[in-house]
Amino acid sequence: MDEVKLFGFWPSPFSRRVIWALKLKGVNYEYIEEDIPYNKSDLLLQYNPVHKKIPVLVHGGKPIAESLVILEYIDEVWPHNPLLPKDAYERSVARFWAKFIDEKTRTLWEFFQKSGEEQEKAIKNNFEILRTIEEYGLGDKKFFGGDRIGVADLVFGMVIHMLVPLEEVVGVKFIKADTFPRLHAWMKNFSEQPTIKDNVPDHSKVVDFLKTIDFWIGP
Amino acid sequence: MAENDVKVLGSWPSPYVLRVRIALHLKSVNYEHIEENLLESKSELLLKSNPVFKKVPVLIHGDKLICESLIIVQYIDEVWLFAPSILPSDAYERANSRFLAAYVDDKLSPALRGALAAESEDAKKATIAQLEEGLVLLEEKFRKLSKGEAFFGGDNIGYLDIAIDSLLVWIQVVEKFSEKKLLNEAKTPCLLEWAYRFSSHAAVKDVLARG
Repeated sequence: MDEVKLFGFWPSPFSRRVIWALKLKGVNYEYIEEDIPYNKSDLLLQYNPVHKKIPVLVHGGKPIAESLVILEYIDEVWPHNPLLPKDAYERSVARFWAKFIDEKTRTLWEFFQKSGEEQEKAIKNNFEILRTIEEYGLGDKKFFGGDRIGVADLVFGMVIHMLVPLEEVVGVKFIKADTFPRLHAWMKNFSEQPTIKDNVPDHSKVVDFLKTIDFWIGP
Repeated sequence: MAENDVKVLGSWPSPYVLRVRIALHLKSVNYEHIEENLLESKSELLLKSNPVFKKVPVLIHGDKLICESLIIVQYIDEVWLFAPSILPSDAYERANSRFLAAYVDDKLSPALRGALAAESEDAKKATIAQLEEGLVLLEEKFRKLSKGEAFFGGDNIGYLDIAIDSLLVWIQVVEKFSEKKLLNEAKTPCLLEWAYRFSSHAAVKDVLARG
């Protein structure tokens, strides 16, 4: 069987979602921790010369970059415990939300980076984004994937291990039982899933990391 | 509306709408093109069909609504399973195609638009340099992926060809405004030829002819 390697960075939501996918499918892999951003390994730069970023999955020596592309690849090569539905229409909906959440969660960071009036605007924007995700994306489902975790859940998963620490540092809370009841329930369901629970970075470690970083961890 | 009616909510000459129409033509799927006039206010149908982004293209298949051009192209490939296949059959090649298509949409298209909107000569030069680098990358990828055939997808146009084509429209505009040939014999000879072949392909000509 071809060997699998994952180049990642422990607080990054982008490599975290790939870790979850591999764990959910029980795929054995070697994890390589990259020293982002100032000391990227030669191997990483060789495997992802276009973006020079993590995550990169290397399967049998062949590199795949970009987390959403990696998730689809993983789902195709290891089809058990599927992350995408079989039906073409359901798949298109899942892909739409995975992409939407991926794009929008990048701006969720902005409230952390900004201050004053700009921060207030960013906070307001976050509420709008989460409203759209809750109403149109999740709706009344348990997970974005329906009864089971799917790609969009893995992408939205950043809220449990990144948004929560960001909120703590800034002193604002977005997803509460009264503000976003369905997303709140989703957070509980998602984080209690054993594979997710066992593979989340330590909360206080992330908080400490956020308090000290001098670089932009996003894309 | 018949269960299997296919409609495309589009707007001429959106390159993203073109992607969807080319894919449908490749598969010889009959569809109705509903022209959305984006200069006027958005229609009820558009707002209802794509409440999140309120943008074209939207594929309306029976009562199903599919949004986002590349997601629609994949849907078309997965529903109309007969040849020609739009995505490669090998998982790794599929990943490669998706990666490069995302690169086009996330990096090159914005750079193209940036080149047009650049306010200073320096900013313009910087985005154009970025574009040239990107096109050289695509040139290299073409040589590798086409395996000597006419298109990125091999002997027929595929997902990546369709994705990259949307770049061509913008490139032509930037070339006019910057008086610089982004696609040229010196640095991107294969892409130059590919561009010609692509626009001469029956499926593409059909769409452009229908207007």
